[in-house]
Amino acid sequence: MNKLKKVFWEPVFSNNPIVGQILGICSALAVTSKLETSIVMSLAVTFVVAFSNLAISLIRRHIPSSIRILIEMTIIASLVIIADQIIKAFAYDVSKQLSVYVGLIITNCILMGRAEAFALKEPPLKSFVDGLGNGLGYSLILLIVGFIRELIGSGKLLGFSVLKPVTEGGWYLPNGLFLLAPSAFVLIGVLIWLLRTWHPKAGEEE
Amino acid sequence: MSKETTSKTIAVALGVCLVCSVLVSLATVSLKDRQERNRRLDKLKNILVVSGLYSKKADIAKTFQDKLRPRIVELETGVPLPEERYDGLLNTRDFDLNRVAADPRYGMTIPAEQDLAGIKRRPRFMIVYDVIHDGAVEKIILPVYGKGVWSTLYGFMALGKDLKTVEGFSFYEHGETPGLGGEVDNPRWQRSWVGKQAFNKRGELAIEVLRGKVDPEDPKAVSRIDGLSGASLTTRGVNNLVRYWLGEHGYGPYLDRLRREGMR
Repeated sequence: MNKLKKVFWEPVFSNNPIVGQILGICSALAVTSKLETSIVMSLAVTFVVAFSNLAISLIRRHIPSSIRILIEMTIIASLVIIADQIIKAFAYDVSKQLSVYVGLIITNCILMGRAEAFALKEPPLKSFVDGLGNGLGYSLILLIVGFIRELIGSGKLLGFSVLKPVTEGGWYLPNGLFLLAPSAFVLIGVLIWLLRTWHPKAGEEE
Repeated sequence: MSKETTSKTIAVALGVCLVCSVLVSLATVSLKDRQERNRRLDKLKNILVVSGLYSKKADIAKTFQDKLRPRIVELETGVPLPEERYDGLLNTRDFDLNRVAADPRYGMTIPAEQDLAGIKRRPRFMIVYDVIHDGAVEKIILPVYGKGVWSTLYGFMALGKDLKTVEGFSFYEHGETPGLGGEVDNPRWQRSWVGKQAFNKRGELAIEVLRGKVDPEDPKAVSRIDGLSGASLTTRGVNNLVRYWLGEHGYGPYLDRLRREGMR
């Protein structure tokens, strides 16, 4: 039980996929200009990584090594299509904003990374939990970045005005830089710095 | 049996593909109706946004029913089609411009030298919407579409009572690069269309999307719109499609007829 807990929590904080393993940066920059899109993207990635880990782990003893990557890609791609279809059916507006990025989950390194590094060797339950943990770790960073970007960039959270902008008669002057991708680079950089200070990797201690 | 034999490899590949394809098909088929409904509502919503009638609280379908009057117009003559001639393709309920354009009776191939919008075929009949306010037509909404860089952009343009002033412009479907050409969705850019003069004093088509910014000193600035930075091809596509549809091969005859006979 304790082992499972470790498998779950490690990727959320100390070995976080974005700020620890530096994977999945592209989508983290692209979809975090608003909290709503960040949430939907987080759910989609968590769903896909957890279930692809589970499926790959279930058939890991039968996957011939010559077509290993192809099998993984097929499973991941199918799950991504299903996630995309569900988002289109139940959150159409968000799906329009996410545009290509849901489809691009297929190329998100976290998925292949977890499949190769974990699910191919470990039993199903453990792999599923590892997927959930990594999905949650990805989500955590997306939510932090999405929260900060929407708040500072447009003075809103989930579309509701929190800091009333000048254009609507308030006092807050939105910082448009935070709606552009470079701001996410800076924020993720700061998060990496914080994490590495808290949990230095081997050879990084001064 | 070892897992590395050829037959095992083929069997595993086929098995995985089979399971995956069943799951994917199940998801697509079972969610199709919902997605279709979303798409239709989104289109109505876009028409309302362009006409300036959209509010988050009101029911989209109801506002649409109350305030908008769709009709089908023959583009070449500009004459509205009488309701008796409506059929499975030509009707105001589920007009699908791609299906009408593909139909041999109701669509036509655009001669290459006229095909500014890059769409190859177009419907001979188009659906247009009148925005009714206190019993009078206040604005008209015209569907426009054409090629951008990667995709066909589908949108609506609203013209005011004078049939010159742009009252709203937006796309409801496109696949341009997010952040570059995808900025056609930017509300600020869309607002910059409002108030522009689509036609000049002599009634000639004047609207134009520039590459780069409009010089405010320019006497033609009232008909010119800033291009999208980093997206010259999408910008050119938008310019072409707007000019095609407002021109003589698009809604020109219809607009002429409205100018002559007035809006009813």
